[in-house]
Amino acid sequence: MSTRVLAHSATLAWRSLVKMVRTPEQLVDVTMQPVIFVVMFVYLLGGAISGSTSEYLTFLLPAIMVQTVVFATVPTGVNLNTDIRKGVFDRFRSLPIARSAPLLGAVLGDMVRFVVCVVVLLGFGYALGFRIGTDPLSAFAACLLMMLFAFSLIWVSVLLGLTAREPGSVQGIMFLAMFPLTFGTNMISPTGTMPGWLQWWVEVNPVTDVMAAARGLLTSGPVAGPVISTLLWSAGLFAVFFPLAVRAYRRSA
Amino acid sequence: MTYAFRTEGLVKRFGATTALAGVDLAARPGTVLGVLGPNGAGKTTAVRILATLLRPDGGRAEVAGHDVVRQAEEVRRRIGLTGQYASVDEDLTGTENLVMIGRLLDLPRAEARARAAELLERFDLTEAAGRRARTYSGGMRRRLDLAASLVARPEVVYLDEPTTGLDPAKRDDVWALVRQQVSQGVTVLLTTQYLEEADALADDIAVIDRGAVIAHGTPHELKGVVGGQTLRVRPLDPARLPEVATLLERIAGQRPDSPGRGMLGVPVDGDAALAPVVAALAERGIAVTELSLRLPSLDEVFHTLTGGRSRTGEPVAEQDREGAAA
Repeated sequence: MSTRVLAHSATLAWRSLVKMVRTPEQLVDVTMQPVIFVVMFVYLLGGAISGSTSEYLTFLLPAIMVQTVVFATVPTGVNLNTDIRKGVFDRFRSLPIARSAPLLGAVLGDMVRFVVCVVVLLGFGYALGFRIGTDPLSAFAACLLMMLFAFSLIWVSVLLGLTAREPGSVQGIMFLAMFPLTFGTNMISPTGTMPGWLQWWVEVNPVTDVMAAARGLLTSGPVAGPVISTLLWSAGLFAVFFPLAVRAYRRSA
Repeated sequence: MTYAFRTEGLVKRFGATTALAGVDLAARPGTVLGVLGPNGAGKTTAVRILATLLRPDGGRAEVAGHDVVRQAEEVRRRIGLTGQYASVDEDLTGTENLVMIGRLLDLPRAEARARAAELLERFDLTEAAGRRARTYSGGMRRRLDLAASLVARPEVVYLDEPTTGLDPAKRDDVWALVRQQVSQGVTVLLTTQYLEEADALADDIAVIDRGAVIAHGTPHELKGVVGGQTLRVRPLDPARLPEVATLLERIAGQRPDSPGRGMLGVPVDGDAALAPVVAALAERGIAVTELSLRLPSLDEVFHTLTGGRSRTGEPVAEQDREGAAA
């Protein structure tokens, strides 16, 4: 990749960041909602599921961090779609810059949102009494891993953003997919009491693996299996949806 | 002859709809080509192909001798695009919008800032430079949009209905900016729904309807076809209409007709007849409520060129974006 592409992508990533700071409600969406989820789940269900709220927090927090970065992929597609509808993308596409720069820029800018989500949740978890059970390096790896998965998943959002009729439909379709992906896991409770079909879904759902890897790296539990599975899923999602998104972008009128 | 841009037999279809059915357009360097047509005629589609945003299905288009499909990068180095609706980034300030474009054009940071400041100054936006574009009025957005298309000092600028929705004073501002660009050697492709605008700015006009050029020529030639200006007079006292009719016939050399109740209209060539008419009215003490010199409306142009087929009620044959913005 040439330095020009990187420079142009950086300029457009800067644009995304400025917009993010100027429309903080978008950040509130992806940070306040999980904070509320944490409080709700920990204090409503924690005692019943794990016997104590502190034990439940240990169980819940790594998984809800994963849910949060997964949800944080939604605004990317919504914003892209808005840019296209408003004609801002026409300007970019009429400039002598790499065709991929506007997409890369938008995605790079949005990676910052992932970082914000992870930091806010980890900090909030700490305030409630969550403690990393492994070591700082593993915890760092857990954060990187969930962001890597989100980076692969973001191309689904980009693809929808490029092809959907309006920003509202991007949001609608993405949320429709996000709920079974994130809640259809062992995020809130162990799978033991779930009906067979749901246990099957939790088993095949890639987000379950990402959550398991996050738990393994942040608190305790198996690491190698879930991490490998997460890496494979990330590579697969990227390999399928990145080319599709780029193709849709080249074709978009 | 060298052309700043030209299209030959341009065809574009959207599904079953033919947006362009073989359009030829051309402009010499430093001139303004006005593309005049109603909504859905194919104006925006032609602009989008020339701006490398759409691929044609047939025919070809080139800018400064570079093919828009095969040499898109070369074309993009030479063009500036101003959309039908202002495509500025509302969350960024005026300065940030222009600096961003400058940076995307590989200007060093300081140079991009200097260029932004220069354009903001020229487009009378210096005071609003630090404000988000969201807070700008319609006219300010258009000016910022136009400024954004000029950051690269393009050879060819596409202005897609730059004054639609602007009030007359704002429209005059945009016109002045267009003339300023042309005086500096820039070639302009201007699409418009207003004959008046094409007449005011264009060296050549192509009238397009339903994806085809139905008339082409200088504004003067075109007016020869569709009829030129009309002088209209509405006396305060309708009883004096016969008197006004006699006076108009004497000065304009033609029998006036009555385009509306209590009003008389007569075709004139330019504004030479205006002063004698005013003088004659004053001399006889005839008070008027309306005295105007007007060009035929787009409706009238189409009525003439298409042999009576009104454009209203015709199917709109262009991508929905143009229709939606109308």
